[in-house]
Formats: sequence, structure tokens, C-alpha cells
Amino acid sequence: MPITHSFDYQKPGTLREALALLARKNAVALAGGTDLIGYLKEELVSPELLVDLKGLKELKRIEHRGGALHIGALVTFAEVIDSKVIGKKLPVLAEISKKVASVGIRNRATLVGNLCSAVPCLDTGPILVAMDALVLVKGKKGSRKIPAEKWFIAPRKTARKPGELVTGISIPLPRGKAAACYLKLGRYRGEDLAQASVFVSIEQSSRGAKARNFRVAFGSVGPVPCRARKIEKALAAGGALIDMVALTKLVPAEISPISDIRASKEYRLHMCQVMLERALAAADGRLNGTGPAYGASLL
Amino acid sequence: MGDGDRVKKTIRFVLNGEKRAVDVAPQETLLETLRERLGVKSPKCGCDRGDCGTCTVMIDGRSVRSCLVLGVEVDGAVVTTLEGIMENGELSPLQQAFLDRNSFQCGFCAPGMIMSATELLARNEKPTREEVQEGLAGNLCRCTGYSPIIDAVLETAGVVSKGGSDERS
Repeated sequence: MPITHSFDYQKPGTLREALALLARKNAVALAGGTDLIGYLKEELVSPELLVDLKGLKELKRIEHRGGALHIGALVTFAEVIDSKVIGKKLPVLAEISKKVASVGIRNRATLVGNLCSAVPCLDTGPILVAMDALVLVKGKKGSRKIPAEKWFIAPRKTARKPGELVTGISIPLPRGKAAACYLKLGRYRGEDLAQASVFVSIEQSSRGAKARNFRVAFGSVGPVPCRARKIEKALAAGGALIDMVALTKLVPAEISPISDIRASKEYRLHMCQVMLERALAAADGRLNGTGPAYGASLL
Repeated sequence: MGDGDRVKKTIRFVLNGEKRAVDVAPQETLLETLRERLGVKSPKCGCDRGDCGTCTVMIDGRSVRSCLVLGVEVDGAVVTTLEGIMENGELSPLQQAFLDRNSFQCGFCAPGMIMSATELLARNEKPTREEVQEGLAGNLCRCTGYSPIIDAVLETAGVVSKGGSDERS
């Protein structure tokens, strides 16, 4: 299916130039294009101007500074997987990235593009809302930092305003010893969209040797990624004696799955309970140095 | 390939080792540029949405779905298609292994499979069967002949013997 709508194409060399072009009526930013070009074919978007960001070197960086990981808007999933600093500081992000589509897509698709498309099944949603990531946005009028939980508004709808550009994301890193796990349920192994997904992070707290903080979020079981605060609280209160049966009973209150072509809502709910338990066990094991390697197949 | 009413752009890039310059409409995909303007026919249009892999080519050594890339985006890049991976006029060892093992049936997926496997072996000389499966995921063979394809990749890497398989071992 060719793209029948015609548009102009510009590839600016500076961020300033890019923002000026994006301020024009009906201008759309192009990074990896793996979603956008599909949308152009389906006429979901009909821009007058495509602004290719790939000439902006400052958006290609992955940096660890100020206790956070900064990932620029042009960083692809393949680059996340290969990044040494991510492998050391936040290996679960590589685990997530390996679950996205296929190699040929990951070589092109960007992490920031994933959260800009904001489909309910996005793989990067749960970690971003759970870790209190900030979406870094620039417009002609200045910069904004939008908490991930406020970024996702509805399927394919984000807090970005017309003319604004997402330049990157900033993920605060755990201060203490921490481990995490991302589980994604698909219909088969290999390239598929998530039927349901769960992200769990456990961090040793400064409050005491046995005190731990938990972060939990689900994906693909609501219009936007769901942070599971009731579950987090129950986990933090439970210490080492967590009643799994009681804990999984909290799951229905945290998510709102629907039935669609990929799964029924009953199956999604059930599997969220199963996956929560497994992800907690894996993250706990990783924290103690006995868990499965990041990226291992756990479903 | 709708040329529309917009101004075409001249792109210059290296295609299979040769410098090329071509005028493209901003809305045409790299797949259209390659097939319809430059006569390079190995990348095929299957699903046209990045799910099937038969349009796979390499940009700067990394496999991409050419149906999800615009022609204008490869200005200044090095693009390689199946036509460009023969070595001094000879089939590459991977191509030879595909041939020896009858790894294609209808052949429609073969260019994408070979491009993806070429990238995999360049980055991982001794992949496991699971790594080959992961590397080829997103390349669909509708004849469902995956085993001989995976075996050809493993044979090229020296992981299984010529004509052999580790599948049930």
C-alpha cells in the first residue's frame, strides 16, 4: 500500500531549526518511522511536513548523570540492548527492549518513539510509570518535564502539545541495591504484541536491612500503563512474609483489561496474577544473586 | 508510487557498493525506490507493515524493514540488498548453505531470511539455535520450512555439520 498523501521532507541539523519547523502547521517529527510510516500508509496522520530528526546528534546519547539515566529521542532499541551503561545500571531496560518486535524493527525503532505512539500494549510503558520516569519535552516556548504517569492520557494520546518535541526521557535510578523483571505474554515466542505485561522492581531500602521498596506496573491491560500502588504497599508492608494468594487478589482492582483479538479479559486478568508472582520471584532472586539472567525466558 | 505534487528530492547513497543518485518523492518508501526506480527486485513487498520481513535490506550494516523506511531517509547511507552480498561473484557461504540444504521452497522469504541471518552472523559468530530463531523472528516463511533455514544458518556458523542438524539431539 503506497503512501498516497504527499508531504514535504526536511532534515534539520540543529534542535533550534527542528523546533522552528515543528512549530509549522501540520508538521510531524520522524525518528525511526516504524510506527509513523505505517500510520502514513493507513492515513491515520496526514502531515504537510515531515521533520526528520536523525540529523540531531544531541538526541542520540545515552548518559548516566545525576542519579538518572538519560536516553535521547533517537536511541534505538538495538542501541539500548547494546549499551554498556544500561547493562550495568538498568539491565531490565535491555530485557524489555529485547521483547520489542524483531531485530529489523529494533534496529530502527526508538524507545522514545514507542512512548510517543502510546498504544496500550507498548513495552516501555510499565517501567516508565513504575520508575517515575520523566518525559523531556521542548517547544518554542521552553522545556517541560512530564512525569510518565501524566504523559499517557489515553490510547495513542499523550500530554505532548502541538509543536512540542520529545527530546528524551530521564529514568531515576534506584539508590540502593536493586533488581527488576519484565514479563511479556504473547501468543507465541518471537515477534508479537503483548497480551499482557508486568514490570516489577525491588530496591533495598535505607530504612533497615530487611526493608524493601517495590514498584509494580502492568501493560496491555488498560488504556494506559497501570501503576499498581496497592500491590506495592502490600508488598512493602509484608516484608519477607508475603501472602501470594492475598496479593494476587489485589490485581483486579489495579487493571482494567478488555477482550480483543489477542486475548480475553479473563485470560489477561488470570495471567497478570500468574506473571506478578513469577516476576516477583525472578526479581527477588536477581536481588539475591540467584535469579535467572536478564533476558531469560520465564513464561 | 504516487509522485504527488511535491518536489522530488535527489538522494545520493551507496547501493551494493556502487554510488547512486536518484530523485525520489518524499512519500515513497525505500522498498519502492529500490524496486521501481532502481530495478533491485530481491526485497519483496509482503505485509507492507514490517511484520513479515521479506522487504529486509541493510542500512549501514543493520537490517531494516524497507517498507517502513522512506527513500529520502537513506541519503548518505550505505544500503545493501541480497544482490550485494555475493563475494567476488561467488555465493556467500550462507547463500551456498541455503542452496545445499534446499532451504527455500517458494523462495519469497529467502532474501529477507538471508539478509537477517547475514547480520546475525556478523554480530554473533557462533549463535545457538535459540539465538538464530530470535535473529530470524519477524521473517515469515509461509511454506513453514523454518528448520532447513535455521540449519543452514547454524551450518554456516559451524555449529552443526554439513548437512547435519542438532534439532532432536
